[in-house]
Amino acid sequence: MAKSNKPLVWGPFAAGGTITAFVTPVLILLTLLAALGHAPDLLAFDRLHAFASHWLAKLAIVGVVFLSLWSAAHRLRITCYDLGVRADTLVATVLYIVAIVATIATVIFLWGI
Amino acid sequence: MAEKMSRKPYHREVPKAGWVFDHPRYMRYMAREFTCLFIGGYTLLLVIGIGRLAAGRADYEAFLEALASPPSIVFHVLALGFAIYHSVTWFNLTPKALPVQIGEDFMPDKVIAGAHYAVWALLSVGILFLSGAF
Repeated sequence: MAKSNKPLVWGPFAAGGTITAFVTPVLILLTLLAALGHAPDLLAFDRLHAFASHWLAKLAIVGVVFLSLWSAAHRLRITCYDLGVRADTLVATVLYIVAIVATIATVIFLWGI
Repeated sequence: MAEKMSRKPYHREVPKAGWVFDHPRYMRYMAREFTCLFIGGYTLLLVIGIGRLAAGRADYEAFLEALASPPSIVFHVLALGFAIYHSVTWFNLTPKALPVQIGEDFMPDKVIAGAHYAVWALLSVGILFLSGAF
């Protein structure tokens, strides 16, 4: 990779690492509670649908999804290299594309809410 | 060409994949790096959930029901453990990433990491409270 690309890749990784450190555990806890039959009120269809209708919530959701996926993709890329996979360009391309496509899917889903 | 010019060319050894098990420190490093599988996987699950929410009430409620399956619960518990491990390792590194200098001295590491832990705790309790978890 050209040196000049590095901040572009690494910036969202650092931002995503920070955001996942702050919010991912509590998000998992919310859906775990739902899985165990103690769904928080927010996860009821009407409440969550109303929440996701607000533009600010949409923006926050897309931001969290993109940064989380990007940082996970970046870390997985480095981990593949650490484990002896040397096809870095291929690995990087596939992982970053997954992150971007899932983000676009999120945007499209939220568009319809 | 380069090899002809050097009598003893250096060939970098490709490390065996098992290097991770050579030292506990490497294992902790890999455990930290593997958190990305759970955080990435869980975020993809969230994306699917948002898709089900957009699809309508019946689809969303079927999604919630699927969450209650045993594999999903096992995944959630594992993901929660790895996500917390990521948070702890990330916050413990914050004093290195964000050193704060006051005059001649640097703010102690414990204060910087501690502030992150405090915000994390407040934010988590706040989100749980606002979402009606208790």
